[in-house]
Amino acid sequence: MNKLAAMITKRIVFGVLTLFAISLLIFVGVEALPGDLAEAILGQNATPETIQAFRTELKLDLPAHERYFAWINAFVHGDLGKSLANGRPIAEVIGWRFANSLLLAGATALFAIPLAIILGLLAAIYRDSWFDKCISMVTLSAISLPEFFVAYILIALLSVQIFLFPSISNINDQMSVFQKMHAIFLPCLTLAFVVVGHMMRMTRAAIINVLSSPFIEMAKLKGIGRKRIIVKHALPNALSPIINVVVLNLAYLVVGVVVVEVVFVYPGLGQLLVDAVSKRDLPVVQASGLIFAATYVFLNLTADVLSMLSNPKLRNPR
Amino acid sequence: MVGLELLQRLLSEGKVSRREFIAQAAALGATAAFSQSIFASNAFAGDEPRRGGRLRIGISGGSTTDTIDPAASTDMMNQILINGQLGNSLVEIDHENKPIPELAESWESSPDARIWNFKLRKGVEFHNGKTMDADDVIHSLNHHRGEDTKSAAKVIVDSIEEIKKEDKYTISIVLKSGNADFPFLLSDYHLIIAPATSDFTDGIFSGGYILQQYEPGVRAFATKNPNYFKSDRAFFDEVETLGINDVNARTNALKTGQIDIMNRCELKTVHLLKKMKGIEIIRQNGFKHYTFAMQCDTAPYNSNDVRLALKYGVDREKLLETILRGYGSIGNDHPISTANRYHASELPQRQFDPDKAKFHLKKAGITDASFDFHTSEAAFSGAIDAGVIYKETAAKAGITINVVREPNDGYWSNVWMKKPWCAVFWGGRPTEDMMFSTAYAADAAWNDTSWKNNRFNELLVTARAELDEAKRRAMYVEMQSIVRDDGGVVVPMFAADLAATSDKIAHGPVSANWELDGLRAPERWWFKS
Amino acid sequence: MFTLIQQAPLSAKIGMVIILLNLLTILLAPQMAPYGETELVGDVWAPMSSEHMLGTDQLGRDMLTRVVYGARNTISIALTIVFLSFVVGCSCGLLAATMGGWVDQTIGRLVDIIMAFPTLIFALMVLSVMGTSIPTLIGVIAILDSTRVFRVSRAVAMDIEVMDFVEVARLRGEGLWWIMRNEILPNALPPLIAEFGLRFCFVFLFISSLSFLGLGIQPPTADWGSMVRENAGAISFGIYSPMYPAAAIAILTIGVNLVVDWMLNRSSLLRT
Repeated sequence: MNKLAAMITKRIVFGVLTLFAISLLIFVGVEALPGDLAEAILGQNATPETIQAFRTELKLDLPAHERYFAWINAFVHGDLGKSLANGRPIAEVIGWRFANSLLLAGATALFAIPLAIILGLLAAIYRDSWFDKCISMVTLSAISLPEFFVAYILIALLSVQIFLFPSISNINDQMSVFQKMHAIFLPCLTLAFVVVGHMMRMTRAAIINVLSSPFIEMAKLKGIGRKRIIVKHALPNALSPIINVVVLNLAYLVVGVVVVEVVFVYPGLGQLLVDAVSKRDLPVVQASGLIFAATYVFLNLTADVLSMLSNPKLRNPR
Repeated sequence: MVGLELLQRLLSEGKVSRREFIAQAAALGATAAFSQSIFASNAFAGDEPRRGGRLRIGISGGSTTDTIDPAASTDMMNQILINGQLGNSLVEIDHENKPIPELAESWESSPDARIWNFKLRKGVEFHNGKTMDADDVIHSLNHHRGEDTKSAAKVIVDSIEEIKKEDKYTISIVLKSGNADFPFLLSDYHLIIAPATSDFTDGIFSGGYILQQYEPGVRAFATKNPNYFKSDRAFFDEVETLGINDVNARTNALKTGQIDIMNRCELKTVHLLKKMKGIEIIRQNGFKHYTFAMQCDTAPYNSNDVRLALKYGVDREKLLETILRGYGSIGNDHPISTANRYHASELPQRQFDPDKAKFHLKKAGITDASFDFHTSEAAFSGAIDAGVIYKETAAKAGITINVVREPNDGYWSNVWMKKPWCAVFWGGRPTEDMMFSTAYAADAAWNDTSWKNNRFNELLVTARAELDEAKRRAMYVEMQSIVRDDGGVVVPMFAADLAATSDKIAHGPVSANWELDGLRAPERWWFKS
Repeated sequence: MFTLIQQAPLSAKIGMVIILLNLLTILLAPQMAPYGETELVGDVWAPMSSEHMLGTDQLGRDMLTRVVYGARNTISIALTIVFLSFVVGCSCGLLAATMGGWVDQTIGRLVDIIMAFPTLIFALMVLSVMGTSIPTLIGVIAILDSTRVFRVSRAVAMDIEVMDFVEVARLRGEGLWWIMRNEILPNALPPLIAEFGLRFCFVFLFISSLSFLGLGIQPPTADWGSMVRENAGAISFGIYSPMYPAAAIAILTIGVNLVVDWMLNRSSLLRT
């Protein structure tokens, strides 16, 4: 277990370094984007004088490195700063949106992950049967469709044709938990369509891969039933790739759902990040980008720890 | 029945009043029942406005980086909130495109139209209980003036030399040069009046609704102002404004009854939306137009023959039909709309003419060139498709257009005014002078064609201070003809504003100066009983 | 080779037919398409008719023509991207797994940084700076995708790397490349092939997501992802034209994956 603790510590240190590297990358990236906040906000209404006024007030005319160090200095002291565009404290702008993003990801994961793994197992157990083929076709078509397309179809069917669920999910504080769940049903379903296929197929492939190992052959020779072999022997040994793909998809659910947010008007972090990038609102881009990155680093660490625990060979040093 | 259709159009554009309409319709032989049915279907419900209910508006044009400061208001969500619910300007534009009193009770000018006196309305109360006076007005106008202002309206108030307080309820504004249309300028949606102590970030103004909750780009919630100074306005109890930028999401929300009003219908699908039960489409033929702007100081666009060739090479009817699905009217290569007072209807309409285009191209000495046309959905919805169609039709005239798609992000700072030929959106202006001074005067900050025409610039200054209607008209007609034949813009079409409402919403004749009844839908509209 | 195909199960044959048809379409697009790629031929969203077998799109261009030309643009772009990302991702992944130590750490951390950077933002920034030309698009998506391939290939290779036969090869004194090529790669192939099948269709999705944000492939070039996007508004009005490019994507994806499944089968059969 000491090795595990050492690895976790090491990974956390690397994680922090990763975040630092990302903050630098984001800064350079936003700097490299043509135009700045003043031009982006004024858009077609910009004149040279008003742009200058903006730049002076927001200190955009300072050299880039000075601005970066000022930001990182405040950041390590726990001050996220204020949005350049509207002067609101960033913690206030981001907090509730991040909670919303987690809610959507969590609600989707809660039924999508078990579903995907069970389907994957079933497909592996009844490999090459009509069930396997059908499920394979359905999931493949589901993941080959763009998510906004799936979303529009679900809206057309379940909201416009028969009004079962609302077509926009603009949840707010006044709603009860049940109302929120009702409101986010369609985005969850859309996201499930997108992630279940990937996870299910990787589960199936990993298990089938393990099934060809000698120890499974041995178990077969011993006369153990197919289902039992798969669940008791193959699944534990296929966990590592399955955990990896699950984590990748979890990360996607938190970080990559901006299109679904737009279609369902869901107030999540993705939409904020896109808006902030297009307005060059650097502190907001930094804060939300780092939250995404931290989520990802954390999930990744979890995946590695779990893979390690699940694979006896990896657990013990060579 | 042609006469009747025309009449109906005039009615919808606010060119005739309801009474005139009925009288004229009767003269054309329509029965009273028929004209009433037009009113009914157009939501002129016939009965008195009803109070109450919660209005839910799904609006495009909100961003999470918005602020409540009117000076920073650049898009629709904040405009409909600040101008349509929370605040008022000195002057309002009515459905006949005339300036009418709002916070100013009356005004008069010196004979050279340089000094303007405004009498302010007495007894107007801000949301914080303070009574409005001259100090508040001066404070609010000065917010957009001076060296260090960040206001997007700086250009609009630049012509003001001095604002003086005459007494508690009178101000006098001295302009740098005469401007007969000055009251129009004061109706601008940035120039909202706030208390003198205001830093413009708390949403406290004098309007018919009081801000309760505000989450930029997402949602705003306002309730009725019980002390509103207009007794016949602001009929709803509550107004909820939702930022919905995806047009399909907006349309679906309206179809499923989650919102009552949406702006900017998708033109591709609006004919389908129109057929749906319980939904009304509201069309406003306003000033909004699209231009293809050529930099007149950059080769090859410095040759007027090239410009003319490209003007003859565009199939306006086809663009209108395909991009706007007919919701608009074709342009005549100048930016003055039929809704403007001095629109030059006597100028011949420029048509798609491959032969003339070829002729001018040859005259310019260009035989085998391709023109890069920079466009993006950020310019206007359908701008990329418009480029593609332009390319297809211009090919018939032997003109090769290369459509370059630019990213939406940063279009206005990186492409517009920078690339030699690009697609541009103009919301248009209620007066000829505002439009020409903004984008066609030689020294205008947004002269996006770098066009300099001496005769035009002389006329611009003279016409601005001219109070005689007939003389002004002649000058503006000449200016339109100069832009048409020499200017750097192809103006293929004017776009109507399309909004859709549930059929529970009723309203009077709508103003066309801005979207949604001149941004005043929350104040002027009501729920049918 | 021929007998191999003959022995393939029906599903794999269907898959092959689908792929073959798509390849033919790519080669013969100008001959097959009834109209020009960007030609405006009819009314907007006209229903199916004898002149327009799949109706017309949002500008009045023939849908069938667009789908046919779309095949050419979409598939060639997607193939290039997937190929690039596999070359980069697999070699890095196998290298990291076999070498271990600082190589693994360096590549791993680098990939962590790229992956931890929100994908769409990465694309948004790069495409805004470099412009949305097709080569940039290919480069950006290939880099982003290769990180995913790296993860999978490394994870798989790590599992194999600790297997006894690799240990044996090491003890035999075999070189790094030999081990990677002859021991690890063949054993890691099945999950990688499966990943290939999925990556291939994810590329379409990514392109169409980008076009949702206005950064996709330049019009008037036809590509399936953008076509779905441009026509999507019609769905809730019961107009089915966005279905055709979407169906084309789905059918091709299914075809590719049917063949992939068969290859998976064969490779696992070979080993038993």
